[in-house]
Amino acid sequence: MKNILIIGANSAIAKSVSRLYAEEHCRLYLLARNVEELALQKTDLEIRGASEVDFATFDVNNFGAHDAIIDQVLDSLGSIDLAILCHGSLPDQALCAENFAAALQEFNTNALSVISLLTSLANHMSIQRNGCIAVITSVAGDRGRQSNYIYGAAKGMVSLYLQGLRGRLYPNGIHVVDIRPGFVDTPMTKAFKKGALWASPEQVAQCIVTGIRKKKHTIYAPWFWRIIMMIVCSVPEAIFKRVKL
Amino acid sequence: MPPDPITLHSWGRFPVTDVIVHVPRNAQDIRQLLQPPPAEATRFSGIARGLGRSYGDSALASHVVQTRQLDHFLDFDADSGVLTCAAGVSLDTILHHFTPRGWFLPVVPGTRFVSVGGAIASDVHGKNHHLDGTFGQHVQSLRLLLANGEIIHCSSIENSALFHATCGGMGLTGIILDASIVLRRVPGSAVMQRTLRTRNLREVIELFDANVSTTYSVAWLDCLASGSALGRSLLFLGEHAQDGRYQAPRSGGISVPFSSPAFLLNRYSMSTFNALYYQRPINSEREQRIEAGNYFFPLDSIAHWNRLYGKRGFLQYQFVVPDESAREAITRVLSTSSAAGKGSFLSVLKKFGPGNDNLLSFPMQGYTLAMDFKWERTLLPMLDELDRIVLDHGGRLYLAKDARMSAEVFRQGYPRWEEFAQLRAQTGADQIFNSLQSRRLGF
Repeated sequence: MKNILIIGANSAIAKSVSRLYAEEHCRLYLLARNVEELALQKTDLEIRGASEVDFATFDVNNFGAHDAIIDQVLDSLGSIDLAILCHGSLPDQALCAENFAAALQEFNTNALSVISLLTSLANHMSIQRNGCIAVITSVAGDRGRQSNYIYGAAKGMVSLYLQGLRGRLYPNGIHVVDIRPGFVDTPMTKAFKKGALWASPEQVAQCIVTGIRKKKHTIYAPWFWRIIMMIVCSVPEAIFKRVKL
Repeated sequence: MPPDPITLHSWGRFPVTDVIVHVPRNAQDIRQLLQPPPAEATRFSGIARGLGRSYGDSALASHVVQTRQLDHFLDFDADSGVLTCAAGVSLDTILHHFTPRGWFLPVVPGTRFVSVGGAIASDVHGKNHHLDGTFGQHVQSLRLLLANGEIIHCSSIENSALFHATCGGMGLTGIILDASIVLRRVPGSAVMQRTLRTRNLREVIELFDANVSTTYSVAWLDCLASGSALGRSLLFLGEHAQDGRYQAPRSGGISVPFSSPAFLLNRYSMSTFNALYYQRPINSEREQRIEAGNYFFPLDSIAHWNRLYGKRGFLQYQFVVPDESAREAITRVLSTSSAAGKGSFLSVLKKFGPGNDNLLSFPMQGYTLAMDFKWERTLLPMLDELDRIVLDHGGRLYLAKDARMSAEVFRQGYPRWEEFAQLRAQTGADQIFNSLQSRRLGF
């Protein structure tokens, strides 16, 4: 039985991941903004087999509250075997291109809040000397594209941060996983037309749980995004800058 | 801003239509959708949709309310077996979690990939209908969101008129939010099956009647056999195994990746398949132990099997006729379809028990036959002919499979349709909840 902390627990992917761990009778602590949805999840996960589910409302952009919330989680769980950070938002790229305040808000949500939370978590978990930190980033962080570079830059920042953190925590026995989903059919992406490359949150959740169990460093979810992004990254910049991607 | 329309069809892949899909996260989202908009905008008119496993156009409309986010378990009482869950939870999910704990759904249709809301709206039946009735008969209560945004509890005691209209009501009374279903303790999840080969329709009907106390019974019928062999069948009888072993149906198996050319399904390939299937070696004395997944949902192991019928899709024709006229009606239906050169890989015959109080519920005491026909232009006139045979013998067609029956055929088959229409008018549902099917049927 593992103690698992899930941040951004009301996101579609997080919900599916929690359900898979509930079946393994894990103990879960959920953090998210909407308390009704959290309460609904608690009941649901306990019926699905979770040994215990606690939750608290929490806004990732309230950086000042991060240390306190991690303390609160540790008080409740005792130790954290696995922390998964799932929160994020999809920026309006056109707005962010004009308005720095909007861009900053997106960097706070998608990158700086993650770094702040990981600072606190990493320090606590390295004392435990075991455990795993997993963060949902994005394939968008692999290369900047004109249609979505604020999101890409924020996610890419986290990916680079995780690479460094992985090395730092390795001697302490902490494993760090970077989860890079492709297109996922969730409320966050409801405005998009869906095609063959789109995956369901359930499929992505299965990739995540399997990848964490196998101690992967970087999980592309589903796997074929590793190949797609290899191709995307191999296009010479002189050509790429002309592509409306 | 509403999302763009997408092209959608249900399981039979006919008809195909442009639909605006809404995916609400909770009842509040649905309420907002139904609210009267500012003057110039048009008001919401559409239907709830779960997993899209009805065959025709009952879950198609210009707007659909997709229930996949309403997917939480809400309560489970391990003493009474009463499970309360949101309407978007699939029967697959329920079986996945509860079969290993010794519980089983009281009624399962031929696929486990249907939502609880859909199972209630179609008042689905299973291989145990003759003893246990329909899915709706095991629903203790449900919560329904009405056209005016009000949420009410319905059961056979509370708001019973709406309850009996909603079970089998094809989503036309409101949006089912959640329901309490009474699960059943079983001695083992697998099924001990006996297979009996019968030479003709008379024999299979006699054997259904003789085995009426067996929990599960269903027959596969060779719809292309004629003359003295007309209606020859394999009758499958089953009881839950008593071995205390429990295994949830597993996913996996094969998938049909794209629409296959429909000409592969023709009368020659079908009669060959049917003849071989009928003649496969059987030891009718021996019981076979079959896992629940394979027994109840054999076709679920072939994902997207509907693609076998080609791009244009297929129609499933399922009717029921009362006991007394069953032999004659089924004989006439089979001879009419085989004379037209139309066959079906899978024709399924089943004895029903008594009907229930739900206004538009399909089953009635008698026999039901389901046949799949590949879509082709010449099919529709033949189905009209079959309609007449069914109605002349006091029968009716299953709304969950229908994509083409006329309002007239519907009204004759479902004499309580007027009560249903009145109730819709009283609650304002007629202004809000409509599907392509309900419009075709004259609601």
